[in-house]
Amino acid sequence: MQIGRVVGTVVLNNRNESLSGITLLLVQPLTSAREPVGRVIVAADSVGAGTGEEVFFVRGKEASFPFLPAETPVDACVVGIIDAIDLG
Amino acid sequence: MILAKVVGTVVATRKDPRLVSSKLLIARPMDPRGKPEGNYVVAIDTVDAGFGETVLIVSGSSARMAAGLKDCPVDAAIVGIVDNIEVAD
Repeated sequence: MQIGRVVGTVVLNNRNESLSGITLLLVQPLTSAREPVGRVIVAADSVGAGTGEEVFFVRGKEASFPFLPAETPVDACVVGIIDAIDLG
Repeated sequence: MILAKVVGTVVATRKDPRLVSSKLLIARPMDPRGKPEGNYVVAIDTVDAGFGETVLIVSGSSARMAAGLKDCPVDAAIVGIVDNIEVAD
Protein backbone atom coordinates (compact mmCIF):
# COMPACT_ATOMS: atom_id res chain seq x y z
CA MET A 1 0.00 0.00 0.00
CA GLN A 2 1.03 3.59 -0.49
CA ILE A 3 0.13 6.87 1.14
CA GLY A 4 -1.43 9.63 -0.92
CA ARG A 5 -3.54 12.75 -0.78
CA VAL A 6 -6.99 13.05 -2.31
CA VAL A 7 -6.80 15.94 -4.77
CA GLY A 8 -10.13 15.70 -6.54
CA THR A 9 -12.95 13.60 -7.90
CA VAL A 10 -13.95 12.07 -11.23
CA VAL A 11 -17.54 11.76 -12.40
CA LEU A 12 -18.55 9.31 -15.12
CA ASN A 13 -21.84 9.52 -16.99
CA ASN A 14 -21.50 6.38 -19.06
CA ARG A 15 -19.86 3.58 -17.09
CA ASN A 16 -19.45 -0.17 -17.17
CA GLU A 17 -22.41 -1.61 -15.22
CA SER A 18 -20.08 -3.33 -12.75
CA LEU A 19 -18.73 0.10 -11.71
CA SER A 20 -22.09 1.54 -10.71
CA GLY A 21 -22.27 3.06 -7.24
CA ILE A 22 -18.48 3.40 -6.92
CA THR A 23 -17.05 6.80 -5.95
CA LEU A 24 -13.87 7.72 -7.83
CA LEU A 25 -11.14 9.93 -6.35
CA LEU A 26 -8.01 11.52 -7.79
CA VAL A 27 -5.10 10.53 -5.55
CA GLN A 28 -1.61 12.02 -5.59
CA PRO A 29 0.90 9.50 -4.19
CA LEU A 30 3.18 10.96 -1.47
CA THR A 31 6.64 10.22 -0.10
CA SER A 32 7.22 9.65 3.61
CA ALA A 33 7.95 13.39 3.82
CA ARG A 34 4.46 14.00 2.35
CA GLU A 35 5.93 15.32 -0.90
CA PRO A 36 4.04 14.52 -4.13
CA VAL A 37 5.66 11.74 -6.13
CA GLY A 38 4.61 10.16 -9.43
CA ARG A 39 1.42 10.52 -11.41
CA VAL A 40 -2.01 11.29 -10.05
CA ILE A 41 -4.13 8.14 -10.24
CA VAL A 42 -7.85 7.48 -10.15
CA ALA A 43 -8.84 5.28 -7.22
CA ALA A 44 -12.15 3.87 -6.01
CA ASP A 45 -13.23 4.91 -2.52
CA SER A 46 -14.26 2.35 0.10
CA VAL A 47 -13.98 4.52 3.23
CA GLY A 48 -15.66 7.84 2.41
CA ALA A 49 -12.50 9.93 1.97
CA GLY A 50 -12.76 13.54 0.81
CA THR A 51 -10.64 16.06 -1.04
CA GLY A 52 -7.55 17.16 0.92
CA GLU A 53 -7.39 14.11 3.19
CA GLU A 54 -4.33 11.89 3.51
CA VAL A 55 -5.15 8.29 2.78
CA PHE A 56 -3.57 4.97 2.03
CA PHE A 57 -4.51 3.01 -1.03
CA VAL A 58 -3.97 -0.44 -2.47
CA ARG A 59 -3.18 -1.22 -6.09
CA GLY A 60 -3.74 -4.25 -8.27
CA LYS A 61 -6.53 -6.79 -8.20
CA GLU A 62 -6.67 -6.53 -4.40
CA ALA A 63 -8.19 -3.08 -4.93
CA SER A 64 -11.46 -4.77 -5.83
CA PHE A 65 -11.67 -6.82 -2.60
CA PRO A 66 -13.43 -4.14 -0.50
CA PHE A 67 -16.41 -4.49 -2.84
CA LEU A 68 -16.71 -8.29 -2.61
CA PRO A 69 -18.74 -10.29 -3.45
CA ALA A 70 -19.29 -7.89 -6.36
CA GLU A 71 -16.62 -8.16 -9.04
CA THR A 72 -15.63 -4.54 -9.50
CA PRO A 73 -13.16 -3.54 -12.23
CA VAL A 74 -10.87 -1.28 -10.19
CA ASP A 75 -7.05 -1.43 -9.94
CA ALA A 76 -6.63 1.16 -7.17
CA CYS A 77 -8.74 1.71 -4.07
CA VAL A 78 -8.52 4.00 -1.05
CA VAL A 79 -8.79 1.68 1.97
CA GLY A 80 -7.98 3.98 4.90
CA ILE A 81 -7.85 7.60 6.02
CA ILE A 82 -4.63 8.51 7.85
CA ASP A 83 -5.04 10.11 11.27
CA ALA A 84 -1.33 10.32 12.06
CA ILE A 85 2.00 8.90 10.95
CA ASP A 86 4.75 8.39 13.52
CA LEU A 87 8.19 7.91 11.99
CA GLY A 88 9.88 7.55 15.40
CA MET B 1 -7.06 3.54 -12.87
CA ILE B 2 -5.86 6.21 -15.26
CA LEU B 3 -7.46 8.94 -17.29
CA ALA B 4 -6.88 8.89 -21.04
CA LYS B 5 -8.07 10.43 -24.26
CA VAL B 6 -9.21 8.18 -27.12
CA VAL B 7 -7.01 8.89 -30.14
CA GLY B 8 -7.76 6.01 -32.50
CA THR B 9 -9.01 2.53 -33.18
CA VAL B 10 -7.30 -0.79 -33.85
CA VAL B 11 -8.52 -3.24 -36.46
CA ALA B 12 -7.32 -6.84 -36.19
CA THR B 13 -8.60 -9.69 -38.31
CA ARG B 14 -6.56 -12.39 -36.60
CA LYS B 15 -6.88 -12.27 -32.86
CA ASP B 16 -7.62 -14.47 -29.89
CA PRO B 17 -11.09 -16.03 -30.25
CA ARG B 18 -12.14 -14.47 -26.93
CA LEU B 19 -11.48 -11.03 -28.39
CA VAL B 20 -13.73 -11.51 -31.41
CA SER B 21 -16.40 -8.80 -31.54
CA SER B 22 -14.68 -6.61 -28.96
CA LYS B 23 -13.80 -3.04 -29.87
CA LEU B 24 -10.15 -2.04 -29.49
CA LEU B 25 -9.23 1.60 -29.03
CA ILE B 26 -5.91 3.43 -28.75
CA ALA B 27 -5.81 5.89 -25.87
CA ARG B 28 -3.25 8.42 -24.68
CA PRO B 29 -2.92 8.63 -20.89
CA MET B 30 -3.25 12.14 -19.47
CA ASP B 31 -3.09 13.93 -16.15
CA PRO B 32 -6.26 15.40 -14.55
CA ARG B 33 -5.61 18.75 -16.23
CA GLY B 34 -5.46 17.19 -19.70
CA LYS B 35 -1.70 17.10 -20.24
CA PRO B 36 -0.65 13.94 -22.13
CA GLU B 37 1.73 11.66 -20.27
CA GLY B 38 3.26 8.25 -20.92
CA ASN B 39 2.80 5.86 -23.79
CA TYR B 40 -0.25 4.98 -25.85
CA VAL B 41 -2.25 1.96 -24.71
CA VAL B 42 -4.58 -0.38 -26.54
CA ALA B 43 -7.69 -0.99 -24.48
CA ILE B 44 -10.91 -2.96 -24.89
CA ASP B 45 -13.92 -0.67 -24.94
CA THR B 46 -16.87 -1.71 -22.74
CA VAL B 47 -18.82 1.56 -22.81
CA ASP B 48 -18.99 2.61 -26.46
CA ALA B 49 -16.44 5.39 -26.17
CA GLY B 50 -15.61 7.47 -29.21
CA PHE B 51 -12.76 9.42 -30.74
CA GLY B 52 -11.62 12.37 -28.62
CA GLU B 53 -13.50 11.35 -25.47
CA THR B 54 -11.87 11.30 -22.04
CA VAL B 55 -12.16 7.84 -20.55
CA LEU B 56 -11.27 5.84 -17.46
CA ILE B 57 -8.96 2.85 -18.07
CA VAL B 58 -8.50 0.01 -15.62
CA SER B 59 -5.30 -2.02 -15.99
CA GLY B 60 -3.98 -5.41 -14.99
CA SER B 61 -6.06 -8.41 -13.98
CA SER B 62 -8.81 -6.11 -12.69
CA ALA B 63 -9.61 -5.25 -16.31
CA ARG B 64 -11.06 -8.74 -16.73
CA MET B 65 -13.59 -8.05 -14.00
CA ALA B 66 -15.45 -5.51 -16.12
CA ALA B 67 -18.81 -6.82 -17.24
CA GLY B 68 -18.43 -8.76 -20.47
CA LEU B 69 -14.71 -9.48 -20.20
CA LYS B 70 -14.71 -12.63 -18.07
CA ASP B 71 -11.74 -14.87 -19.02
CA CYS B 72 -10.68 -12.56 -21.87
CA PRO B 73 -6.93 -12.07 -22.46
CA VAL B 74 -7.07 -8.39 -21.57
CA ASP B 75 -4.97 -6.10 -19.37
CA ALA B 76 -6.54 -2.74 -20.15
CA ALA B 77 -10.24 -1.93 -20.38
CA ILE B 78 -12.15 1.31 -20.85
CA VAL B 79 -14.79 1.20 -18.10
CA GLY B 80 -16.23 4.70 -18.17
CA ILE B 81 -16.57 7.93 -20.12
CA VAL B 82 -15.52 10.87 -17.97
CA ASP B 83 -18.15 13.55 -17.49
CA ASN B 84 -16.37 15.84 -15.08
CA ILE B 85 -12.97 16.09 -13.36
CA GLU B 86 -12.64 18.25 -10.27
CA VAL B 87 -9.12 19.06 -9.09
CA ALA B 88 -8.37 21.01 -5.92
CA ASP B 89 -5.69 23.69 -6.34
